[in-house]
Amino acid sequence: MRETLWTLLALMSHWRRHPVNLATLILGLAIATALWSGVQALNAQARKSYDSAAAIFSGGGLQNLVAARGGLFTQELFVKLRRAGAKVSPALEGTARVGEKNIRLIGVEPVTLPRALTLVPLRETKEATNILTGEGRSFASAQTLRDLSLSEGARPKTQRGFILPPLVAIEKAPPGAIIVDIGVAQKTLDKPQRLSRLIVSGETRIDAATLAEVTGDALRVEEPDEANDLSRLTDSFHLNLTAFGLLAFLVGFFIVNASFGLAFEQRLPMVRTLRALGVSARALVASLVCELLVFTLVAGGIGVIGGYLIAAALLPDVAASLEGLYGAQLSGRLTLDARWWLSGLAMAGAGALLAAGSGLSKTLRLPVLSVARPIAWREAHHSYLRRQAALAALSLVAAALAYRAADGLVTGFLVIAFALLGAALLLPVALAVLLRIGESLARGPLVRWFFADGRQEIAGLSLALMALLLALATNIGVGGMVEGFRRTFTGWLDARLVAEIYYEAATPADAREIEEWTRGQRNIAAILPVWRAKTRLDDWPVDIVGMTPHETYSAHFPLLEGGDDAWRALHEEDAALISEQLARRLKVRLGDALDIPAPGENWRAKIVGVFPDYGNPKGQLRVDHERLARRFADASGVHYSLRVAPAAVAQVMAEMQTRFGPKIARIVDQAEVKKVSTDIFERTFTVTAALNTLTLIVSAIALFASLLTLSNLRLAQIAPVWAVGVTRRRLAGLELLRILLFSAGAALLAVPLGIFMTWGLVAIVNVAAFGWRLPMHVFPEQWAQVFVVALVTALVAAIAPATRLARSAPTDLLKVFANER
Amino acid sequence: MNARILALLISLAPAAAQAQAESYGGLGVEAHGFETPKPGTVLVFPRDHGAHPTFRTEWWYLTAILKGADGDSYGMQWTLFRHALEPGAGEGWDDRNVWMGHAAVTSASEHLFAQTVARGGVRQAGVEAAPFRAFIDDWTFEAKDDDLTQARVSARDPRFSYALELKSDRPFVLQGEGGFSRKSDKGQASYYYSQPFFTVEGTLSLHGREIKLKGRAWMDREWSSQSLAPDQKGWDWFSLHLASGEKLMLYRIRGAAPYLFGNWIAPDGGTSFLACDDISLEPLAQSAVDGRMVPTRWRVRVKSRGFDVETTPLNAQSWNGSNFAYWEGPIAFRGSQSGEGYLEMTGY
Repeated sequence: MRETLWTLLALMSHWRRHPVNLATLILGLAIATALWSGVQALNAQARKSYDSAAAIFSGGGLQNLVAARGGLFTQELFVKLRRAGAKVSPALEGTARVGEKNIRLIGVEPVTLPRALTLVPLRETKEATNILTGEGRSFASAQTLRDLSLSEGARPKTQRGFILPPLVAIEKAPPGAIIVDIGVAQKTLDKPQRLSRLIVSGETRIDAATLAEVTGDALRVEEPDEANDLSRLTDSFHLNLTAFGLLAFLVGFFIVNASFGLAFEQRLPMVRTLRALGVSARALVASLVCELLVFTLVAGGIGVIGGYLIAAALLPDVAASLEGLYGAQLSGRLTLDARWWLSGLAMAGAGALLAAGSGLSKTLRLPVLSVARPIAWREAHHSYLRRQAALAALSLVAAALAYRAADGLVTGFLVIAFALLGAALLLPVALAVLLRIGESLARGPLVRWFFADGRQEIAGLSLALMALLLALATNIGVGGMVEGFRRTFTGWLDARLVAEIYYEAATPADAREIEEWTRGQRNIAAILPVWRAKTRLDDWPVDIVGMTPHETYSAHFPLLEGGDDAWRALHEEDAALISEQLARRLKVRLGDALDIPAPGENWRAKIVGVFPDYGNPKGQLRVDHERLARRFADASGVHYSLRVAPAAVAQVMAEMQTRFGPKIARIVDQAEVKKVSTDIFERTFTVTAALNTLTLIVSAIALFASLLTLSNLRLAQIAPVWAVGVTRRRLAGLELLRILLFSAGAALLAVPLGIFMTWGLVAIVNVAAFGWRLPMHVFPEQWAQVFVVALVTALVAAIAPATRLARSAPTDLLKVFANER
Repeated sequence: MNARILALLISLAPAAAQAQAESYGGLGVEAHGFETPKPGTVLVFPRDHGAHPTFRTEWWYLTAILKGADGDSYGMQWTLFRHALEPGAGEGWDDRNVWMGHAAVTSASEHLFAQTVARGGVRQAGVEAAPFRAFIDDWTFEAKDDDLTQARVSARDPRFSYALELKSDRPFVLQGEGGFSRKSDKGQASYYYSQPFFTVEGTLSLHGREIKLKGRAWMDREWSSQSLAPDQKGWDWFSLHLASGEKLMLYRIRGAAPYLFGNWIAPDGGTSFLACDDISLEPLAQSAVDGRMVPTRWRVRVKSRGFDVETTPLNAQSWNGSNFAYWEGPIAFRGSQSGEGYLEMTGY
């Protein structure tokens, strides 16, 4: 024990003498941990929110009954089931707008509410009577109240003009939700006598036969994981975040590896001395492991705190994108459990161990009496390059194999990951080849030395250069995708949003009244009802949208497949347009027939067109307005688009608002819709961009750490050159130039790699994740930008080590010859 | 009486009810906005078999003493309570009535109790007057005619179910002054009538076993808005089928001063009311039930009739353990007369 302690102290003394080495090590480990655990925190936070939203009805493993074909069902079914002895409790969920926010309104029935649910306080406290007497009660979590800027006792008014009962904060309410009595929910949502689900109390279970006997085919038992649609819809979003987190961790790991590499090389003489003094190999291992543990705790701790800060900073953007994209409500306050903190530390520990692995094993296998060979790797240079090339080839083959098997998100990421790895491994080989060519073409001894020495240097810099390459390629790849998406999306929005005004009436009756009025207006060229119904196909939520025959659609509505005839067929036959993601999911093509679950009997429609529906997590079908109204009696008939002369938009909107007041739930013009839509995507990409930049910064640090390592070790190579008369300043300049050349090489390789990555993201990952494929765009101006960034990064990283070389004391250089190093 | 409850109030709104009233089930809470019973009101059938939503609370109560084909004795209870949380009628979910059903099966070896609850206004529970039909979930009490001379009662729980056919050719018995039943000297009262002459045949399904049954049943109907004085904590209530064919109803409401009342019912349905000092109810032995002591053996005397008996429960653990809990079970008695009946005790 004492032996281990003293050994540990001796080993640790190294860090006191090399504070910069210590700093890069801690920084690298901390950054890697921070990026990884930050991303994990965001994911964990989101999952927790989904779970609490989903668990509200299925807590304790309770069965839920839902409409067999999606959507709502009549309250009569609830009464029928109760009267048949089934202990079910009704609920209605919907969205209401309070102030500037959408809230999830949940109506429950407190008298029959099953005890196993987390909402049980509603039934068991005095609130139970308060809900049903006087003004009633609404319930929301304290966080939701803060988000809505409301306090307890307030009576929020929905945009439809309905005033909810006074609010009370309860702990168990899911984020972004307000819970009210079922009767209040039906009124607020304007769904009289309608329910969205029945919760079966824990004492009984309902089998399919009983259900069919009582309700025919109207209801079905919801599968346990189905309740969590949100979790499934957002899976791909979180996988993207995780992939980014992993990449960032990897780059951070390179820094740690470089720092440890330096420390182990420098400590070899000390280790030899310790062993010669009689310290056992076991004590040495124990000390080194202890040292790792200390680093893990310190750097991991800092990293986890950093991760928390990163997550807290990005949470508003993540929450905004998730809400915009999926309607998912995230609790705005990070709450992380012990498991998250521990897993962050574990990740730091694993990273440290992995990074230190080769150094550790080298230290242990060190023959006690052998002469220290601080730069032993140099001699193994050739075999190193061969190994590197072999590994690169292996990676590229793996990428090709993964591509052939590619059918999902994970394999998609694997293709990209293996290709990146292969290219990164290839980088030192490629640079070595280039240097060899340079050497053979070079004239004059100094130039030849410049190239020859560069080849020696590559091995030490390879990890850092690989990190730089990965960061640059990711920048090009992700940047290309984001920019491509932005352009496609903007163009698509322009084509899709042709109507000038969009409004939603408060109730179907209001809708008819407003429609009547609009028909008499000179300024309004066309009134286009856009009614909506819900169903499920392949167990996926699908919206069915009705369209009226109009030039607005036939001339502008973007289609990927299906020609002019599509519009004629849509209105004259049982036909439907299908969104790209739904078509991919159902594996259907143009001309196929589709059975659409509808109330009553299924509706068979022919697919006459496929349209892009970027960013929509649900499936969508577009059908004729009249046919939709006939087939779906419960289609919500409150959405409309208006064609108005652009100059008259403001006037028409103002007039509608004064005339109809609360009868119009929402009214927006085209510009506003576009702004909201693009905002959602901008915020999604804010997160991506932030992670992207962080990765680049980390790779600069990796390069700096590696150069620092080398500047110490390379004295042996530089001293003779200095001795023959090349000045230190000149030598430093050459060093700088060489790093710039290496970085330029990395940047050049990063361009094709980045393009490949864009392609992988657009053609494989995006399709698997979201179901739609973006057109591929390339942006040469972006490459130029990345090239400059690469050179600046290298310059920033190399300037300090180069300056140190320029100012190094001649005695240090002389020591090389005195064999006193 | 049978008053049994405002259990609802307790089970649904414990804090509110308890804060306002110490009395059992909140029955002593004042009834602002609700109608109160008035002496001299004439009860009209079949109309009054139905619900009275202008009153705060009411119940439809049936207890049956049965003999199984297996030779064992059984007791059965079927009850529907209505309680209005606040005055005023609303439609659909705005209806402010809460309904609660209690069903129990008692044998010498076990007592099984089930409860179900419902909101008013959506037809999950309700009562129709003619022909009489009371229901909550799949539990029903349903007459075959407007006069309620024949009826069918059923209830179901995962552990038991029963279906009973009821018959009676005797008139309804009005309790108190023409159905106006006083509960204290301070004016608290309810409307109250009974049908103690039902004969019963039916089947009980218990632990998967079907048992044929025969016996007698007693139906009680009561509605009020404030039937207890604030100091009254609970009651002991007896419904007895005498071997002579006579029936006896007795109750004692436990308050600052106990309030006793009785009705001696002739085999033809004729009634004689028993005054407070004519009745003596004396606990003989207590049983530990659900963590409290409950008197389960009694000496019951009606001095003017020379009636002096000792009662023993079929099952001393006849405890209906809902949020609001009470003892309700079959009893047998011996002494000057013999017979069987039901005992209900609340507020222990």
